[in-house]
Amino acid sequence: MFNDLYQAVILDHYRTPSNVGQIEGAVQVRNDHPSCGDKVLLSVLVEDGIVQDIAFVGEGCSISQASLSLMTEAVKGQPVSVIRDLYSAFRDMIHGQEPDEELLGDMVALHGVSRFVARVPCAMLGWETLAQVLPLDQPAPDPDPTCGPG
Amino acid sequence: MAVPFERIQADFPVLAREVHGRPLVYLDNSATSQTPVPVRAAIDAYYAQSCANVHRGLHALSAEATDLYEGARDKVMRLVGAPGRESVVFTRGTTAAINLVASSWGECLQPGDAILITVAEHHANLIPWQQLAKRKGAELRHIPLTAEGTLDLSKLDELLTPNVKMVAFAQVSNVLGYVAPAAELIAAAKSVGAATLVDAAQSVGHMPVSFAELGCDFLAFSGHKMCGPTGIGCLIGRRELLDAMEPIEYGGDMIVHVDLQNATWNHPPYKFEAGTPPIAQAIGLGAACDYVTELGLDWIRDHTTALCDQAAAALSAIPGVRVHGPLTGRLGPVAFSIDGVHPHDVATLLDGEGVAVRAGHHCAQPLHGLLGAPSTARASFYVTNRASDIDRLVAAIGVVQKVFG
Ligand SMILES: Cc1ncc(COP(=O)(O)O)c(C=O)c1O
Repeated sequence: MFNDLYQAVILDHYRTPSNVGQIEGAVQVRNDHPSCGDKVLLSVLVEDGIVQDIAFVGEGCSISQASLSLMTEAVKGQPVSVIRDLYSAFRDMIHGQEPDEELLGDMVALHGVSRFVARVPCAMLGWETLAQVLPLDQPAPDPDPTCGPG
Repeated sequence: MAVPFERIQADFPVLAREVHGRPLVYLDNSATSQTPVPVRAAIDAYYAQSCANVHRGLHALSAEATDLYEGARDKVMRLVGAPGRESVVFTRGTTAAINLVASSWGECLQPGDAILITVAEHHANLIPWQQLAKRKGAELRHIPLTAEGTLDLSKLDELLTPNVKMVAFAQVSNVLGYVAPAAELIAAAKSVGAATLVDAAQSVGHMPVSFAELGCDFLAFSGHKMCGPTGIGCLIGRRELLDAMEPIEYGGDMIVHVDLQNATWNHPPYKFEAGTPPIAQAIGLGAACDYVTELGLDWIRDHTTALCDQAAAALSAIPGVRVHGPLTGRLGPVAFSIDGVHPHDVATLLDGEGVAVRAGHHCAQPLHGLLGAPSTARASFYVTNRASDIDRLVAAIGVVQKVFG
């Protein structure tokens, strides 16, 4: 179960993430999950309904950062209509449905997250942020299970 | 006298369970401790035989329930050395107790007054004061930390000016684990005429705590961190202050006389216990008072401190692992970071090894800012732990480092 979660793809993307940085002239959004300190500054450059460029500066756990890295790889160069399908397939997978492997590609490495309810918000951080920039249809926010009493 | 682990095992059957195929090592006691059989039995006995409302029935069950509920108040009074039963107000927990003081006692603050807390407080002992200060135009000040992660009282004179009206601090930090110099702080507060509140969420039931000896004005704690149930805690208050304070909730049980336009308040503690209280939970808390007394508060403190000392030494000896706060003298929590691994990944992988720890900011976000880590992992020890738990923790950290190596 735990090997499922920490697949090599995830650890690789965590250690050496793709598309790190900021893009000049792009739309920028910040998002964070204050209870765990996961943070992202996402830059998205959209032209003619296509994500021409995307980059992020992030901080957080392996799941949130690998998910961001994988997401930026998957959406770069894609039209919003395709990204919408990716988003919904990704969300379904994270919420426990069988993944659409063909559509999701490397992001399938994150399917193990669905068995760790507490980590679902980590995997969704990037997509949730992207959905603030692009019309991907807002998901119901995941309750944050990590800030209990302590 | 040392309590044999066999006794603990018998009282806490949960220790025999497995998690993800491994025997459970529960190291999240600072969040919530496990509940021993006698506490569960007391709660069950109320529901099984004496389930009724309190203070209002003339029938046998209600009288029994009232006796059990008020008996629990007496047990709390004895455990924490409260001056009388009227000083023991049942609340939902520490958070509710501190909010009660901030909302009610806090009404006496004037613009220009100050409240002194520490930078290490749990949000429960920070936000009520922060909001009160905003409401009243008062200033909120903070006692800083030493480099080691204990309270730095070297500037106390400067912070504790005569306009300070309240000094509130945790007796034991839920992250750094230090035991605050409560006597010194309370004496200093008194010297400028400030009231004092001790957040005893991590100390009552973990070490001998006496309201009378501390000489503070208020003391707050929760049942669920000292072998009791959730949903119950206490505010212990000095009678004169409780007498002068207005209730913050209105309803049944808290009044003496009511007409359609007016009402007069019952005396403390009832003035602050509007509505049907958490009866079973209070009874459970009473049983928890008995339980920790029976184990011995000196033993609990010594046992927990010894485990923390060992854990802090073992963790800080692992390359790439950093312990936050002092390495000795902690009572319960041992917060740590592993280089290159986010605390959430640490907690998830430790869980996979059967080791339950907490990861996050532990409701002390400003403190984590100072520690330079937005969140940490925290192993916290109590009566249910033994030295071999530390070996399991260390081995599990090895697994984490291997996965992320
Ligand atoms: C030091 C401290 N204060 C206050 C609290 C709040 O307690 P509760 O959530 O039971 O109200 C906690 C624990 O969560 C704590 O550790």
